[in-house]
Amino acid sequence: MTALLEIRDLSVSVVQDGPSTPVVQGVSYTVNRNEILCVVGESGSGKSVTAHALMGLLPEGELQISAGSIRYRGRELVGLTSKDWYGLRGKSFGMVFQEPMTALNPIMRIGRQVDEVLERHTELPAQARHAKVLQLFRDVMLPEPEALMNAYPFQLSGGQRQRVVIAMALAMEPDILIADEPTTALDVTTQAQILTMIKDIQTRMGIGVIFITHDFGVVAEIADRIVVMRRGQIVEQGAASDILNRPQAAYTRQLIAAVPHKPQGKAAVTEASPMIVIDKVRKTFRSDKGRQVLALDDVSLTIQQGETVGLVGESGSGKSTLGRTLTGLILPDSGSVKIDGRELVGLSRGQWREHRRQIQMVFQDPYASLNPRHRIVDAVAQGPIAFGEPRRKALTHARELLELVGLGGDAGDRYPHQFSGGQRQRVGIARALALRPRLLVADEAVSALDVSIQAQVLDLLKTVSGQFDLSVLFITHDLRVAAEICDRIAVMRLGELVELGRATDIFYRPQHDYTRRLIDSIPGRQWSKPDLSDAGSSEDAIAYAT
Amino acid sequence: MKNFFRAFCRNKGGLVGLTVLALVTLLAIFASWIFPDSPWDMVNAPYMPPLSEDSLLGTDTLGRDIASGIAYGARVTLVLALVSTAVSVLVGITVGAIAGFYGGKVDQIIVGFIELFQTIPGFFLAVVLVAILTPSIGTVIFAIALVSWPPLARLVRAEFLSMKHREFVEAAVLSGQSNLRIIMTQILPNSLSPVIVSGSLMVASAILLESALSFLGLGDPNTMTWGYIIGASRSVLRDAWWMSVFPGIAILMTVLAFNLVGEALNDAFNPKLARKRTS
Amino acid sequence: MSKIGGFLGRRVVKSILVLFMIAIFNFFLVRAAPGDPAEILAGQSGAADAEYIEKLRQDFGLDKPLTVQLVSYLKDVATFDLGYSYRQQAPVSTLILAHLPATLVLALTSFAFALLAGVGLGVQAALRVGKWGDTVITTLAMLAYATPIFWVGLMLVLVFSVQLQWLPSFGYESVGANLTGFAHFADIATHLVLPTVTLGMFYMAVYARLTRASMLEIRQLDFVKTARAKGLSERTVIMRHVLRNALLPIITYAGIQAGHLIGGSLLVETVFAWPGIGRLAFDALVQRDYSVLLGVFFVASIVVVVVNLLTDILYTLVDPRIELK
Repeated sequence: MTALLEIRDLSVSVVQDGPSTPVVQGVSYTVNRNEILCVVGESGSGKSVTAHALMGLLPEGELQISAGSIRYRGRELVGLTSKDWYGLRGKSFGMVFQEPMTALNPIMRIGRQVDEVLERHTELPAQARHAKVLQLFRDVMLPEPEALMNAYPFQLSGGQRQRVVIAMALAMEPDILIADEPTTALDVTTQAQILTMIKDIQTRMGIGVIFITHDFGVVAEIADRIVVMRRGQIVEQGAASDILNRPQAAYTRQLIAAVPHKPQGKAAVTEASPMIVIDKVRKTFRSDKGRQVLALDDVSLTIQQGETVGLVGESGSGKSTLGRTLTGLILPDSGSVKIDGRELVGLSRGQWREHRRQIQMVFQDPYASLNPRHRIVDAVAQGPIAFGEPRRKALTHARELLELVGLGGDAGDRYPHQFSGGQRQRVGIARALALRPRLLVADEAVSALDVSIQAQVLDLLKTVSGQFDLSVLFITHDLRVAAEICDRIAVMRLGELVELGRATDIFYRPQHDYTRRLIDSIPGRQWSKPDLSDAGSSEDAIAYAT
Repeated sequence: MKNFFRAFCRNKGGLVGLTVLALVTLLAIFASWIFPDSPWDMVNAPYMPPLSEDSLLGTDTLGRDIASGIAYGARVTLVLALVSTAVSVLVGITVGAIAGFYGGKVDQIIVGFIELFQTIPGFFLAVVLVAILTPSIGTVIFAIALVSWPPLARLVRAEFLSMKHREFVEAAVLSGQSNLRIIMTQILPNSLSPVIVSGSLMVASAILLESALSFLGLGDPNTMTWGYIIGASRSVLRDAWWMSVFPGIAILMTVLAFNLVGEALNDAFNPKLARKRTS
Repeated sequence: MSKIGGFLGRRVVKSILVLFMIAIFNFFLVRAAPGDPAEILAGQSGAADAEYIEKLRQDFGLDKPLTVQLVSYLKDVATFDLGYSYRQQAPVSTLILAHLPATLVLALTSFAFALLAGVGLGVQAALRVGKWGDTVITTLAMLAYATPIFWVGLMLVLVFSVQLQWLPSFGYESVGANLTGFAHFADIATHLVLPTVTLGMFYMAVYARLTRASMLEIRQLDFVKTARAKGLSERTVIMRHVLRNALLPIITYAGIQAGHLIGGSLLVETVFAWPGIGRLAFDALVQRDYSVLLGVFFVASIVVVVVNLLTDILYTLVDPRIELK
């Protein structure tokens, strides 16, 4: 196999006067014809920066190539003029980015945006281009290609927009397709479709694909070869089966060990009377344009004391709405929510107060869930203080909780911006525990975290729920993550609860069609994670962010 | 705090602005020491050009010293602009916070009110108000404040609307904090930076507004302001150009200073955005 | 199409409502002021005699209850009866209509100048960001933005009329020249230059800064990266993708500025003795002819409302994301 692209000792650094730390250092790998190369790493690994460097798309004035060579079919790309790049981009290289919602010009018609590529690189007359664009739409399986020509991006869903971007990238049948986390922002079922489509196109056109991702499941699903990156350097690379099943480097072993996979059998909880009873809860949202969305359609669910229940669904399933209804942040239109037999629906703000202690929440976005101007010990203590606990006692208690979640010492006196995402989530957990609740609603609490950090926070949740006999409602879009820590899993779709059962049952014996579809969409299902129980945890669990 | 100060100083314009403001303030404070006579007193022969004896910037049609007028005018201008901006800001924050935090019907009414105000041509409204209520320091402050508060209310409202759904605010609700406590300790401190930036820019436009009113003869008749001197210079533009040039430069420099400081504050509050804006 | 009709209808109704509120505001303003409303309306200069004031009192029904006064006042406003000026011995509406065209000419020319020059400079600054071309444009914009409009006018007169004697300093045509046809047009044009530059300079700075900021902001967005990845030249990316998106907020902003432009005309027409409604208002101010002043204020508000309406319509035509609901 001839190497299409050869990267040798590539280094990228920040543009500034004087020496600067490289963002990418000494990276070398090749991309061949007719293969999918997956570049996998966590945030800060430099995987995306390398890809941008390949296309000459490093943000000008911020990052620059400081050393190394990139050869495409033997031609040196480092130091190329802008004019040369114009001829290569779109023609020999195609690129797909992560965010489909912002990837297209909002005020230009879809047809025209794809046509632009053809107009730029071919001599075809308008009519021929029009026909080609329609063909491209069909190749990426977009519905109603004719109507789509005149549509605007805001009329399309995220998955559809991503298909348009892929059509644009492949319009000139390039040698290389660079896909930078193209499915990360999509629902799991949509992701499965796009992955299949990329695999098909790759085989059909024989192109080389560089697929950047953080998700080992995706890697297992499509990779021929793998490159593992960490903090700007390559840790390991090789054939997919080798890396996935016999990883050599310590970091790779840690990463794979942290990947949430299939459920371990959890013992059945004794059927005591449930602590939380949700009965036929209904909620409709009305937008000020008059549109109505039925977010919760007669949803019923029970939660036992000490049980971890997973609430799984894609976007628009209503899972987040249900979580917020439990905490009183959203008032349902009808139905009942009882804790220990006491009704919560219809309570006034004042009446809710006494129940606040019992139901607390951990939020999704570690960067928005803490007030940037308060010290984290103050954030943790704010609940008890609001309930009348004397300040000194509340602060002492807060420090104990922070110690418990792994942020002891004088960490409490620091501000949120001094901590990493994973550490902030720990603070969020400590804050939720401060009022000694009986139910914790974790709303996508680990979705914004890197895989290795995710594993640590999940561990923490498991420990904490066992230690305090806490019930947890774990809301997530990722069935694999739910399977890691949940006893029972409820599957939601478009406001409806379609299936509820023990985690192992849901995984191995799904009853409902939609549940089956969800399971089928899980990338890398065929891959059995090797047993790497000797892999240590990431050494910077307690260290502060730089 | 130290990071903020450093970021501010990185903006050369901001430093220049701050220096100018310091000079103007000193001039205003020490006006009566430097120019012991009242600016209305005739201290020299009329129509003296600049760099004449005893009159650095010349005299007007009645022999009043221009430099003295500028110095005393600094007092009036700064006081008027700062007070009216302070009133505007207080009203704007209150109205904007209520609209943004409570939403719903309250918000709709307030927004309608703001839109009404923004449809009326602001300067015209100020002119009409001061004219009919008879010109005085009080009516000028009132008019300027009335015309300036809507954009700030809009800004505060937008901040509150977006903050209301921020997760740390929801966490505060779940912690059992009262609405008032949430507004004062959670939302407001995080919304202040755009307000501070706006404040600086608002003082600048207040100065422009006040000088325009004085120019038209609508200033307090007992105050010698920069706009008034320029207004009085109109009929003798040909013969006494210094009467209009120097006060105008004073206005220009002071307004420019406030604008520069406002921009520097903006850059200091948003260092990452600032770097993007210049590359 | 009916969507547009419904949208238009609602905005028109809203606009009329706004005008009514302004009229009511005028009504209460006169009565809130210190002194006798009749005297205020007659003009406090004492030029009116007691008989006239008494007649005014009866005409305005100032002896009748407030609600009756308000209703009859609103009825008058609706029929465009804005009162009578004793000083100028003419109905206010007649005076205003006579002076309105001159203001519209000045306002439109200034607006066009400010928009074209401002956007042009802003685009150039954005293209050269960080380099000296950008610094020059930004500094000039900052200076123009900080300069009082009336002072700019005086300075321009000082330089171009007094010193260089290139351009006339007042009026809109040469007095007693009796020119016709093209010569007349050219004469008006030379008179228009200084007032236009004066009124337009401040807003030119506003648009330049806004355009530059908008372009720099849009340039960071993802879809611009996509455009580059297609192999389009940087120039095409800027002109075709960035610029059009950057212009959207400028349209909205320009509409809002129209209101301020009318206010600015008060100052500029005063400085240049331009025979528009601004000048009319200033004379009324000096003569304490408050009927005229309030009348002009009301008409200025109408102009602003109409411009806002037009801006809304234009924006919905240009941005396909807006739903006309």
